[in-house]
Parts: sequence; C-alpha cells; structure tokens
Amino acid sequence: MSIPFYVSPEQLMADKAEYARKGIARGRSIVSLEYDKGIVLVAENPSSLSKIGEIYDRIAFAGVGKFSEFDQLRKLGIRFCDVRGYQYSREDVRAKALANAYSQAIGDVFTQQMKPLEVEVIVAEVGDPRFAGHEENVMYRVQHDGTISDHHGYCGIGGAAERLETYLKDHYQAGQPLGDALKVGVAALVAASNGGARIAAERLEICTLDRERQDRKFRRASADEVAAILG
Amino acid sequence: MLIRGKYQGASFFELVEIDYPHLRPNLEGRGAEAGAVPSFPHGTTVLAMRFADGVLMAGDRLATEGHRVASRDLQKVYPTDAYSLVAIAGAAGPAIEMARMLRIELEHYEKIEGEQLELEGKANKLSQMVRANLPAAMQGLVVVPIFAGYDRRRRLGRLWKYDVTGGRYEEAEFESSGSGSLYARESLKKAWRADLSRDEALRLSLQALADAADEDRATGGVDLTRGIFPVVYFCTIDGAREVPRDEIERAYREHVLVARQHVGGSA
Repeated sequence: MSIPFYVSPEQLMADKAEYARKGIARGRSIVSLEYDKGIVLVAENPSSLSKIGEIYDRIAFAGVGKFSEFDQLRKLGIRFCDVRGYQYSREDVRAKALANAYSQAIGDVFTQQMKPLEVEVIVAEVGDPRFAGHEENVMYRVQHDGTISDHHGYCGIGGAAERLETYLKDHYQAGQPLGDALKVGVAALVAASNGGARIAAERLEICTLDRERQDRKFRRASADEVAAILG
Repeated sequence: MLIRGKYQGASFFELVEIDYPHLRPNLEGRGAEAGAVPSFPHGTTVLAMRFADGVLMAGDRLATEGHRVASRDLQKVYPTDAYSLVAIAGAAGPAIEMARMLRIELEHYEKIEGEQLELEGKANKLSQMVRANLPAAMQGLVVVPIFAGYDRRRRLGRLWKYDVTGGRYEEAEFESSGSGSLYARESLKKAWRADLSRDEALRLSLQALADAADEDRATGGVDLTRGIFPVVYFCTIDGAREVPRDEIERAYREHVLVARQHVGGSA
C-alpha cells in the first residue's frame, strides 16, 4: 500500500501558480489600449489562429497561454453572452458579468483540479457617452488563479505583462487617435519582449471596438490596414 | 455558471435546445386537438424579388387577430446579418421569434467559427427552424418565411421560400407569402424582369403590396393619415440596407398613387 505524502496547501498553490506562470510566459503578450473612439487590442501573432475575438456587440476577448484552453474560454464566453442576450436584452449583456464568470471558472479549476489553466484573459467593453449607464470603457484582466482586476487606459497580459505596464505608464496618453494609440501599443510589445526587435506588420493581430460602428462594434483590421496605419 | 453546458458546437439554436431547454417554448402535447390555440395575431403579406444588383424584400405592416387589427405598424422584414434578410408571414409571435433566433444563430456561428456561413448554409439553417416549428404549426401556429440575401461567392442575389415542414425551394425570380400573396404574385408576374433597376424594383414592390391590400382585407395598405408605409430592404454587394421612409413615400406618391387615381380607383 502506498503512503500518501503530505503537501501543505501553501506549497500546493505555489507549485500550481508557478506551473501556470511558466506556461503563460512561453507565449507572447497582448496589450489593450483605449483610444479616442474606443478600445484597440494588439497581439503579436504570426499564426492564423486568433488570440483576439468578438464576444458580443460591445465586448471583445483576448487570451494568452495555451491556445486550446483560452479558445475554449472564448467560446464559453460567446455562449454565455448570447444566452443572456436572448434571455434578456442585448443591452443587458455586460463585460463585468462575463469577467466575473471567467474569474469564477478559472479560479475553480485552479483550486479544485490538479492542473491549473495556463491562461490569462482580457475582457474589454467599449462605452458610449450618449447612453446612460453605458458611458465608460472597461477592461478586465483575469489571471491563471482567477484573480480579477479592472484597468483604465491600458492593460497587458502574458509573461511580459509587468514590463508592458511599466512601458505604458510612461508612454500612454489618453484620448489619442487610433494610429497613435496603436503605435504606442506596438512599441510596448517591442519594448517588453526580450529581443526588442521590430515587429513586422504581418505578424500583428489587431482588433478594435469602435463605438462609431452600428450594433456590432468589434472589427478585425486586415493586414493592409495594419500596414497602412503603422506606415 | 460558465462551464455547465454539454453542448460544444457552433449552433445557438442547438445550444438552447440542449443546455437551456427551459428557454424554448414547448408547444408539443398541449391542447393537441385542432383549434385549441386561442386567437392570436397574424402577419400577412411579404414579398421578395431578384433585381439587377441583388434582391429586394418588402412587407406590409398590418397584423390581424380574427377580424380585428392587432397592430398597424408591425415589422415583418428583418436583416439577419450583413448580407441576408428574412421576411415572416403567419402566426406573428412564433414568426418574430424565429427571425430573432435566426439572427442570433448566424451571428453566433460567425463568432464561434470566425467566419460567416455561406448563403445556402444560412437558408438551410432556417429550414431546420421551420421544421422544428412543425408541432406548433399542426396546431395552427403556422410560420412561412422567405429568406433572401446576396451570395458573395457567386455574386448574385438569391431567395428561398419554405413550406411548414421545412421544405426549402430556391426561386429564380420572385416569391410572396401570407394571405395577400396570391394578389402580390399576380401583380409581380406582369412586370418582373431580371434586369430591373433599383428604383424599378422598389416601385414594383410597392405596386404589388398595394394590389394585395386592395384585394385582401388582412393586408395593410399605405396609411397616409398615420404615415405608415411598407418596410423595404435591398440586399446587394454593399450589404443589407433599409430603404428610407421618405424614399418609399416619394415612390409611392409619384408612381403607385398616381396610377391608381388614373384608373379611377379611390386609393
């Protein structure tokens, strides 16, 4: 008969957190910034598999870490929001509820299962000053253990999240047009990566939540548009 | 709350059926005998036609409940996504619900899979919804939609009609559904051409709806007193667009109204 080993809860959690952080640090980071007409999400992503996606009319998702895990979360988010919108009204679908659901789900896996999710996600919602109760942009970051935080101006996820935040603290300006905000975002990704080499336009995945659009605010920028904006 | 479902696919309709069955109306097995459903509003005449740049879809605004008016300004033509439209006729409640469900369904698929369904795939999806409504249809809650859109792959407008069993039939020219459809179709038949311009198609659709309203008491005509006009959408390579009300009013006054006064009608 095998003798079960005693592992202290502190040790168990620390081991899991380290495991998850290592997994997340292997991938590239993502940054999300507010600009004058909405929110832009920027990822360095040379593959055709998306890291950023549309969730609902005003809500976008971005995930880093293990693709299969965060893509599953993205799909769960779409189902969660579409069911809510069907059950109530489209305006009742809010990022806060979704971010809380993510936090709950990721946190549950972290405490209850052997292997934690190696993911970190952003839930962004574009606001519109013309609609009462929906004025503000919001960005939530949910980490591998379910920790949730809200961010204003900018938000970074991934292994280089802290370096991203440090860079953006010095360089980000509120109310910039899309092109300028995007340049700051790309520069932050460059500064935060270890090599610091320039990122070619075709390696960037860029999506916006543009409040000037009708109904569905999410939009994926084509390769040509990205090249044109970044010059 | 987030990870509770069993369903893993890309269909919202199936997601609701499997994981949220309490949100779906269950009409089976209740009041099985015919005529058990109490009176409820009916939507009447809708039509769709191909023209040079794509398709047009139009509908009158009246909903009737027996001999009474249930609504004078019901919308019966809905955009389902950027390149497709659905027009509903029949039991208003289930019909509006079906149009709403189709819109969510197409958007849900696009978000999950990262690309849109082909136009034929969208038409087929509606077919499954009409079929799922068959038990309700047997009790009198019949929904007979028309689906139309712009096929970006083949670069042309296409339209489909349905029967209550979910049967799907592509039409090459035009189609009309609802109580006034016979008269609308007769009207369209005489003037429809494949190369109709946008303005000609608009005029023809208003003419056909006016003819249907003239002969069928359940179809609503233009109500100049209240300022109620048909709803008309175009779907072309530029996507689905609603025709502004003043453009409809102008076309109606300049062409349809004048022609009717000319033949001595009192319209």
